[in-house]
Amino acid sequence: MNIYPHLVACEHCDSVYRRCTLAAGEVARCRRCDAVLERANPLDADRWLALTMATAVVFLIANVCPIVRISLNGTYRQATLWEFAWALAQGSVAPLAIVAGLVMILVPLAQITLLTWVLSYARVGRRAPGFARALRALAILRPWSMVEVAIFGILVAIIKLVSLVDVTLGAGVWATAALMVLLTVIAHRDLSALWDQTEDESALRRGGAA
Amino acid sequence: MTRTPFASDLSVVGCHTCGLVCERVDTPGRDVQCPRCGATLHQRRPHGFARAWALLVAAIICYIPANVLPVMHSSLLGRGSSSTIMEGAVEFWTSGSYGIAFVIFIASVAVPCAKFLILGLLLFTSQRRSRWATRERAKLYRLVEFVGYWSMLDVLVVAVVAALVQFQGLTDISPRVGILFFGMVVIFTMLAAMSFDPRHIWDGEINGGVE
Repeated sequence: MNIYPHLVACEHCDSVYRRCTLAAGEVARCRRCDAVLERANPLDADRWLALTMATAVVFLIANVCPIVRISLNGTYRQATLWEFAWALAQGSVAPLAIVAGLVMILVPLAQITLLTWVLSYARVGRRAPGFARALRALAILRPWSMVEVAIFGILVAIIKLVSLVDVTLGAGVWATAALMVLLTVIAHRDLSALWDQTEDESALRRGGAA
Repeated sequence: MTRTPFASDLSVVGCHTCGLVCERVDTPGRDVQCPRCGATLHQRRPHGFARAWALLVAAIICYIPANVLPVMHSSLLGRGSSSTIMEGAVEFWTSGSYGIAFVIFIASVAVPCAKFLILGLLLFTSQRRSRWATRERAKLYRLVEFVGYWSMLDVLVVAVVAALVQFQGLTDISPRVGILFFGMVVIFTMLAAMSFDPRHIWDGEINGGVE
């Protein structure tokens, strides 16, 4: 089968263009439907990996520290991200606890793990074992990562409660806010460029042996 | 040729996973894999219309109990009361938090209803290979993709409130089944938007619109 690496097809309307090199900050848009064809990635694999590690640290803090603390008549209660999800595990609503746990915690965790795996090989120009599957998984996971919605949900809940009880913010809420920003920076990128930046080692070996 | 060619004009197909443009090989009954990433190559997502319609109808059906059934039950000093999504928004409005009431209304009523209408419109016009306002319809699709997951807001608000307000005997807030249906509406509409292949919007213009 012939392949045409110098061409690019618009994902939204199937128009075909000749690829052009983009300078940092440039975006190639489809002339027909105005969708983004390619976006220059200002991060090289090293910086990208460093930011991913930072995201992992922030993720850990966001999961361990309480997000909000409320007090009423001298008694108080505080909750972490996990307890938010767990609060839905009651009676007929229970399946929703899995969904909440996935979109707030597990999907971001999977994104961080997969990116760390892929990038730690990509920084030396190699494709990690399971590279194709990892990239496919990252593309599938992206729409289900909802940390920004969680932050907004926490804010709305605080406004809802503030007239009834005393509300104090915990360290977790700042970590979650930082997680929202960092996760957007590391996960909302054009992954297909990684194919061009890395070499398939097994193919190279096969080529060398032939 | 002055107009930009479509992939089908050049007999190529773009891999939906890694973006590589490959030669189009027709092998009836057998899947062709992308030589770079191994994903199956499609001209269009298979059964896109049927799946998207089915998921859209499922979402609209779930939207009814999501609005009629209570999403939260709060018991304050022994007095219990349940509230639906709309009652929650109205409560914010009457207590003077107009901004928040507006946000809740947008996320839980306006966005889901707009998604039903837009997805229905896109599916209907694309199936008829309409050439009407293609560029605008393409933008509508991207809008639906972008705002879709924000409707999950209500579910997470209920989760946060229910996790915090648990003072045994005094005040207690717990989730009710309405929120499960609402979560299903959000998931089904997201899946419907993903099943629909936006390239169908342009089907009417392939071959210059001449069959």
